[in-house]
Amino acid sequence: MAGDGPLLRVNNIEVIYDHVILVLKGVSLEVARGGIVALLGGNGAGKSTTLKAISNLLKAERGQVTKGTVEFEGERLDRLMPHQVVRRGVIQVMEGRHCFEHLTVEDNLLTGAFARRAGRTSVGEDLDRVYHYFPSLKRRRRSLAGYISGGEQQMVAIGRALMSRPKLMLLDEPSMGLAPQLVEEIFAIVDRLNAEQGVSVLLAEQNTNLALRHARYGYILENGRIVLDGPAQALRENADVKEFYLGLAGERRLSYREGKHYKRRKRWLA
Amino acid sequence: MHFLYTVLIDPFVQIAGDPRFFVEVLTGGLLTGVMYSLVALGFVIIYKASRVFNFAQGTMVLFAALMLVGQMEMGAPAWLALGTTCGVMVGLAFAVERLVLRPMVNQSEIILFMATLGISFFLEGLGQLMWGGDVHTLELGIPSGPLTLGGILVNKLDLVGAAVAGLLVTALALFFRWTSVGRVLRAVADDHQAALSVGVPLKVVWVIVWTMAGLVALVAGIMWGSSLGVQFSLSLVALKALPVLILGGFTSVPGAIVGGLIVGATEKVGEVFWGPALGGAVENWFAYLLALIFLLFRPQGLFGERIIERV
Ligand SMILES: Nc1ncnc2c1ncn2[C@@H]1O[C@H](COP(=O)(O)OP(=O)(O)OP(=O)(O)O)[C@@H](O)[C@H]1O
Ligand SMILES: [Mg+2]
Repeated sequence: MAGDGPLLRVNNIEVIYDHVILVLKGVSLEVARGGIVALLGGNGAGKSTTLKAISNLLKAERGQVTKGTVEFEGERLDRLMPHQVVRRGVIQVMEGRHCFEHLTVEDNLLTGAFARRAGRTSVGEDLDRVYHYFPSLKRRRRSLAGYISGGEQQMVAIGRALMSRPKLMLLDEPSMGLAPQLVEEIFAIVDRLNAEQGVSVLLAEQNTNLALRHARYGYILENGRIVLDGPAQALRENADVKEFYLGLAGERRLSYREGKHYKRRKRWLA
Repeated sequence: MHFLYTVLIDPFVQIAGDPRFFVEVLTGGLLTGVMYSLVALGFVIIYKASRVFNFAQGTMVLFAALMLVGQMEMGAPAWLALGTTCGVMVGLAFAVERLVLRPMVNQSEIILFMATLGISFFLEGLGQLMWGGDVHTLELGIPSGPLTLGGILVNKLDLVGAAVAGLLVTALALFFRWTSVGRVLRAVADDHQAALSVGVPLKVVWVIVWTMAGLVALVAGIMWGSSLGVQFSLSLVALKALPVLILGGFTSVPGAIVGGLIVGATEKVGEVFWGPALGGAVENWFAYLLALIFLLFRPQGLFGERIIERV
């Protein structure tokens, strides 16, 4: 049933690319209604793959969920087409922004309303709402998206997703390549969208410190497995997380060997 | 020495001697070029949105013209035949999506290209099966015959063709610019993955672009068929669209138009003024030579995709 239970439940999924490359080896996670959940991990850990398994963009990259299930409001998403997932209220903001460069900012935003098959007035309202959260986009509405700054492009990508009236946004590294100041600005807007519009967020980030300040819960992904999870507060205070993801090693640096040992220990934990 | 003279000097002497004749030849060439443009346009519409190189575009021109003329020969009035043919082209778009593109989703471009080769043979066979292999005359009451415009002789049919092509291109440009479907098609052309991610249903996009290409093919078929008769060589003439695309760029609507005009004009001028020196039949190969030169010096074509680089 929709009312209780988590909004999103990823149940022990396994993902294989090109029929042979096993990338996710049993990932489970949950996003509560109204929650902000961080999915953390280094390069190649499988964060983007997890998000694409949820949004079903995986199929376009010859990836496949071979085991497990993805449920949204109690309904299985893993057999749907990407546009059907969007219509259910789950939308992914892809890593690297992916704006339509030869379209104006406003046209970019309007493409986000296409899946909803909405009327003109309701699209107009949504557009105003996006401009309300991203006033700088309103000033640049007639510019080609290819010519605006990286931060504005990230805003376009998020605003475009917002136009579909999502219940859950899958944000893939929104901080990538942006100045710290801008990153803060964008994350503050995400917080507001969460609080004011009730959009739940699953946030994939390499920037652990940043993500754990905005999320309420976190999962740490390594090599296609969840190695650790817990409330954001607890993760921030966890000694291992501090050492390996927050770069706050205490008085000594860990040697490579000890790192190995640590990894093994974590695997047992998981 | 004499050869050099006939190639490098003599044609220009002729042109200077009778400029009005040159303009006539040029106009004729441009108007033929419009036909090439129409076929190329069909390619561009599909290629832009799906990166599928539709080898069957030429056959679709033939097929549409055959459907039309076949029904009219059976006594159907023109409006009815036109209506059914439009319906058939839409049906074809649905069939191609369902039977060919959907099962082949995520295959490489070359495999999709091969699939369109299959579609091409299928349509050619089907057309022949239904309407036979003879030459059919298409008589839609489009005015034809010579006309003198400011002292220059042109064919009325060619003028109508140019007008129709102009209208079609304007309509397409407005559609792409101002409708929400047009906007989505531009988005898909720009970033296929991003379009998927915002919930653009790809199968809808495919049906739309194949329908558009089918209708453009019908228009091209009517114009070509009215001047040459509906026959199987029509799909061969359509092969000229390839050099047109190389000139204009595979993803550019204006490119398809300008490319078609250039090919049409240069090959005709080449044929008339350089043909005697080069042993004739310049029209048959000139477009390909031009394309080859473009491939060497400007492979993206005249209007190839503008690549945005921010600094
Ligand atoms: N289309 C693909 N085909 C084959 N392998 C892939 C594909 N996409 C990703 N992979 C592999 O899957 C693994 C996980 O990749 P993924 O992009 O999910 O990592 P990530 O955690 O998002 O990393 P990053 O922080 O660098 O974005 C990597 O080893 C990558 O090489
Ligand atoms: Mg990633």
